[in-house]
Amino acid sequence: MIKVDITRKAYGDAPVLGHIAFEIRRGETVAILGPSGIGKSTLLRSVAGIDDKYEGNIERPENMAIVFQEPTLLLWRSVLQNLTLIHPHLSDRAAREMLGKVGIADKADLFPGQLSLGQQRRLALARAFAGNPEFLIMDEPFVSLDPKTAEVMLALTETLIDEVRPATLFVTHARSEAERLMARILELRGIPATLVPRLVSGKEIP
Amino acid sequence: MTEKGLVPALSLIGLLLLWIVAAALTADPTILPTPWSLIMPFLNELQSGELLFHLGHTLVRVVWAFVLAMAIGMALGLVMGRFPRVDRWLDPWLVVFLNLPALVLIVLCYLWIGLNETAAIIAVTLNKVPNVTTMIREGARSFDPNLDAMAKVYRMAPMARLRHVLLPQLAPFVAAAARSGVAVIWKIVLVVEFLGRSSGIGFKIHLYFQLFDVRMVLVYALSFIIVMLIVEWTLLQPWERRVRRWRTA
Repeated sequence: MIKVDITRKAYGDAPVLGHIAFEIRRGETVAILGPSGIGKSTLLRSVAGIDDKYEGNIERPENMAIVFQEPTLLLWRSVLQNLTLIHPHLSDRAAREMLGKVGIADKADLFPGQLSLGQQRRLALARAFAGNPEFLIMDEPFVSLDPKTAEVMLALTETLIDEVRPATLFVTHARSEAERLMARILELRGIPATLVPRLVSGKEIP
Repeated sequence: MTEKGLVPALSLIGLLLLWIVAAALTADPTILPTPWSLIMPFLNELQSGELLFHLGHTLVRVVWAFVLAMAIGMALGLVMGRFPRVDRWLDPWLVVFLNLPALVLIVLCYLWIGLNETAAIIAVTLNKVPNVTTMIREGARSFDPNLDAMAKVYRMAPMARLRHVLLPQLAPFVAAAARSGVAVIWKIVLVVEFLGRSSGIGFKIHLYFQLFDVRMVLVYALSFIIVMLIVEWTLLQPWERRVRRWRTA
């Protein structure tokens, strides 16, 4: 269970986030929506523990994974090592299996720079799911992809989420992506940003 | 031979020709001897073991000072590049040491520590540490913040982070520091030997300087230049190629 209860976050004197509280259960996907510049990334960085200068309290598990907008790989290590160095308990065989799942099994011994951008993003996904995370954070992972590739990546993400069942926090500005991943949608609005109440759609009622 | 190997070879031959012409114009072997007149004294020194003895001593000092300067400089540079608060405190020191003449540091080390090996190596190390620190700090400032965030979220162990995330990003700066490091260090080692040691290339050059023996000064100086060229070609350049492999693959 992830519990977020931020009371305030500011850069200097400029407040960015107001009171924001929500929870994510294991297996649940939560999407944070909002226009660009509203503070989505700031919220995500606080929740991920990258930026701990906020007021409030966040409970998160040890075993986390993150997917950034950019692949953010170790370009100087092989594709396989990009999994095994990040997850020291992962065996070579399990790592190769994971590469197979995202469709780049034959690239294991290359350097990431030798892959296409799409393949690099697949590797970033493989890295995220290889550790069976309890909490997965995704920061606009499909932005700047052409629609066809974005669709393939979405489907792949969907499959992997179904398999690993982490609590997922997903930041995007595309409502369609959030709906596609069956996410509970939270919207950020205002300065400082807070969550806006919204109507519950039919399919969420049990 | 490819053009890549041909140009440096031709350029070195040009330098040799220049020397021969200059020696012919001087026409005085006590001022500038011809290249071939160095061959016999060189072989004599080699056979007697003198040359290798002094080369060895200088080389050991160079290796010690190099390892120490790189280790201390890298640690300081990393810390200063990563923590701006430490940087603000240590930066003025760095400026002081960067501008302290090598000679002053050497003389002070000999005066304070004594005319011994420790003082010699410390003097050389202190001369090089500020340079290495400055270069590595530049590298540490340019670390990719996203990779930092990635390593943090995935909870990479500190040693793994250093080895696989930070040091590879630092590699070009380490290579540059090592390159200029070796070149500067062996020159300072010679000065240190010149001033206060009874072994090493610098000591021999001091000796032959007092005898006004240009030929022997050249024999010893050139021998060491050759050794440093071999180090550059067989150790530094292959290492650099290896850590750069991922860029060219």
